[in-house]
Amino acid sequence: MKDLNLIIAGVGGQGNILASNIMAEVALTSGYDTKQTDTLGMAQRGGSVISQIRASSKVYSPLIKLGQADLILAFEKLEALRWAQYLNKYSTVIINNHRITPTSVNIGKENYPEDKEIISILKEKASRVIFINGNEYAINLGNIRVLNIFMLGCASFFLPFKVQIWENVISQQLPSKIVPINITAFNKGRKEIQNVNF
Amino acid sequence: MKKLLSGNEAIALGAYHAGVKVATAYPGTPSTEILEYISQYSNVYAEWSTNEKVALEVALGSAYGGARSMVSMKHVGLNVAGDPFMAASTTGINAGLVIIVADDPGMHSSQNEQDTRYYAKLAKIPVLEPSDSQEAYDFMTLAFNISEKFDTPVLVRSTTRISHSKSAVTITGQRENTDANIKYSRDFEKNVLLPVNARIRHAQIEKRLLELAAYAEIIPVNTVETGNSNLGIISSGIAYQYARQTFPKASFLKLGMPYPLPQELIQNFASQTEKLLVIEELDPFIEEHILMLGIKIIGKKYIPLIGELNPDIVADCGRKAHLLPKATSRKTISLINNLPGRPPLLCAGCPHTGIFFVLSSIDHRNRISGNDDELNSKLSMAITGDIGCYTLAALPPLNAMDTCACMGASIGQALGLEKAGLASKIVAVIGDSTFLHSGITPLVNAVYNKGQITVIILDNGTTAMTGHQHNPGTGITAQGETTQQVYLGNLVRGIGVKDVQIVNAYNMKELRNAVRNSLDNPELSVIIVRGTCQVIAPKISSPNYIDKDKCNQCNICSMIGCPAIQYQDEQVYINDTLCAGDDCAICAQICPQNAIISQTIVKKV
Repeated sequence: MKDLNLIIAGVGGQGNILASNIMAEVALTSGYDTKQTDTLGMAQRGGSVISQIRASSKVYSPLIKLGQADLILAFEKLEALRWAQYLNKYSTVIINNHRITPTSVNIGKENYPEDKEIISILKEKASRVIFINGNEYAINLGNIRVLNIFMLGCASFFLPFKVQIWENVISQQLPSKIVPINITAFNKGRKEIQNVNF
Repeated sequence: MKKLLSGNEAIALGAYHAGVKVATAYPGTPSTEILEYISQYSNVYAEWSTNEKVALEVALGSAYGGARSMVSMKHVGLNVAGDPFMAASTTGINAGLVIIVADDPGMHSSQNEQDTRYYAKLAKIPVLEPSDSQEAYDFMTLAFNISEKFDTPVLVRSTTRISHSKSAVTITGQRENTDANIKYSRDFEKNVLLPVNARIRHAQIEKRLLELAAYAEIIPVNTVETGNSNLGIISSGIAYQYARQTFPKASFLKLGMPYPLPQELIQNFASQTEKLLVIEELDPFIEEHILMLGIKIIGKKYIPLIGELNPDIVADCGRKAHLLPKATSRKTISLINNLPGRPPLLCAGCPHTGIFFVLSSIDHRNRISGNDDELNSKLSMAITGDIGCYTLAALPPLNAMDTCACMGASIGQALGLEKAGLASKIVAVIGDSTFLHSGITPLVNAVYNKGQITVIILDNGTTAMTGHQHNPGTGITAQGETTQQVYLGNLVRGIGVKDVQIVNAYNMKELRNAVRNSLDNPELSVIIVRGTCQVIAPKISSPNYIDKDKCNQCNICSMIGCPAIQYQDEQVYINDTLCAGDDCAICAQICPQNAIISQTIVKKV
C-alpha cells in the first residue's frame, strides 16, 4: 500500500472542507488507514484553509512533513504557492487558475505574486504543475459551488482510488438534490485534466 | 465497522455510548462541536449554559442526582469554571462526571495557550489524554468508570489537533442504559462544604490520589511498546503520534493518563532504556514529575515549550539531541515565506462594521496605519474590547479596540480606566453572548460604583465566532426548542442603567447619534446595537455597485474594512459575490460622493 500525503489548499468559502472530507472518506473506504486535519484559524470566510489527508497502511501523525506531499490540490493560485515547501520532485500540483485578492493587496500594502513567479517556483519544486480554469468549468456546469468537486475530479486521475468509490462517497456526503450536478462535475474534472498539457 | 470521526465527534459518541444523560457547555474553539454532536441525541439532555462555571455546576448537580454527566469547554473556559472545578474535586460525585477541556497549542483561535494538565494536579483529579479519535471514543467510557470507581470528576484533555482531526474509529459499544441510577440522596458530610466537612474531604482527596496513582500502574491506557533499548520515549496525546512517526524503532511509554503518573512503570521503563526522552506539547508536565523521581531525562531542552508541535519540529529536535542523522538542508525560497496573508476580517455585511466605523472615526483611528505612537497623540477616547468576531475591529483599518483580555473583561477594564482618573471618554464594547456569559456582573459593578462609562452591546442574535450557537438572547435552546428569550434591554434597565438606547446596526445616522448622546451623558449609558449576523441572515438584496462617474477615488469606503470593497487597476469596485447589498449599505451611507449605489431590487429568498 502506497503512502499518500495529500493537501487541499484554498480560501474559506470555496468548499475546501467538504472536499477534504470526501477525499478522506474515499481513502478510508478504499482500505487505507486515514487521518485528516483541517487548519482554518479564526477565519469565518476568506481566510487561508489547508486540509491535510494522510493515507497508508498505518498513519500516526495527521500532519504532513515538509517536502512530503504527493499532491497539492489548490483552489486558488496564491494558496498553491503558500504550501510549496511541502512539495518534492515527484509531487503533482493541480491549481485552479483563479485569483482571490487578499485585503492587504487590495489596500496596496502587499503584492500578489505574478503568474510567472508562481509557475517558476512551483515548477522548480514539483515535477507536475497543472493549471486548470476550474471556476470557468464550474460556472459552465451551472454553479460555481461545484468547483470543489470538479477539482476533486481532476485530482482523482492521479490517485489510486476507484471512480465508483468517489461517486459513492460524493452521493453519501451531499444532499441528494445536488448529487447529480456534482457527479457530473467530478467526471468533467477527471476528463478535462487529461486534456491539459503539462 | 470503521468510521472516520473527528476527535470531538468521537468524544460525543463515546460519552453517548457510556450512557451520559446530561451534557453542558459554553461554545469555545476547539471544543464547541462536542456539545453540538451530543445534542442530536433525544435521550440526552444537552444545554448551552451561560458560561463554563454554570455549565460545570449544572453537570455537577446532575451527577449528584445520579446521571452520568459531562461538561465541555475550551482551556480558558476552565479558568471561568475554576471555582466549581475545585469544589467538584472536593465533594466528589455520585454518578460519573467527566470534564472535557480542549487546549489550543499554537493559539489557532485563543488568547493564550495554557496547559490544562496543571489543573488536574491542582484539583488532584485524574486526567486522560487521547492521541487520536479512537482513543477519544474509548476514553469516554473509561473516564466515566474511573469517575465512579474513585468518586472523582475526571478531566479529559484534548487539543485542537485531536478535536479537529479525523481518524478511523472502530465503534465497539452501544448506548448503555443508566436510567435506573437516577436517585437523589442527601449526603451532608460530602456535599456541604462547610469547613468541618471540607477538612474531612481533603483527607479523602489525598487518599483518593494515592489510590489513583496505584491504579495508574495497571490502567490499560498507560502502555509500553517495546522497541530498541537504546532510546526510550515517554509521550502522551498528539505528541505521541509525531514521536512514533519520527522514531519508529524506539521503545515507547505512552501515557493515556498523564496524571497521576505511574511511578513504578516509569522507573521500570527508564531502567530498560539507555536514553530517555519526553516528548510533550506545551509545558514540561510529565518531564517535571519524572525529574522529581531522580530519573535522567531529556525533554524541553530540545522540544519547544511554545506553540503546536508537528513532525518536522519533533524531527528537528531529534537531530539537535543527536538522536537522528543530520538532514539535507532544504532550499528556502524567500517569496514563499513573504506571501500576502489572509488574516481574519469582519465579513462583508457584518453588523459590527457600522458601529466600529463610528467609533474609529471619532479619533480618526482609521486614517492611521496601525501605528500606536501616531494614534496615541490623538486619542480622546479609550475603547476596551472583548472576545468575539468583533475583536477583529482592533485590526486596521478600523483600529477601533484597545484591549482584549478574556470573556467579559471589557466592562471592568473600562471602569478601571475611568477610576484611574483619565480625562478621556471610555467605551466598552462587548458582544451579546459574551455579555450574557460574563458581562452582567461587571455592569452591575459599574452601576453600583457610579461608573460613567459607555457600554456598547453588539447584539447580532447569535454566538457567531464559534459557529452560530444559540444563547439566552436567541430564545432557542441547544436542542432546538423555543424558550423564554432574555431581552438585553430589559436586563440592562433592570440592573439600574437609566440611559439605554437600542439602535439599528445598519443605520449610520442612528449609530452616530447614539454614540454622541451617550458620550455627552456624564452618567453610565448602554447602547445596544442590533443587527443579525450576515452569515445566518437570509440574503435578499442585490449587491451594491459603484457609479464610476461619481467615484473620485477618495478611499473613504475602504476605511470600513469591508472585504467586498476591492481594487483592481487602481479602481475601487464591489465584489458582488461578497456584498450584502441593501441589507447592509454602510458603504453607501458613508460615501461622500454618493457614488455607491445600493440596489433596491429584491431577490427571491
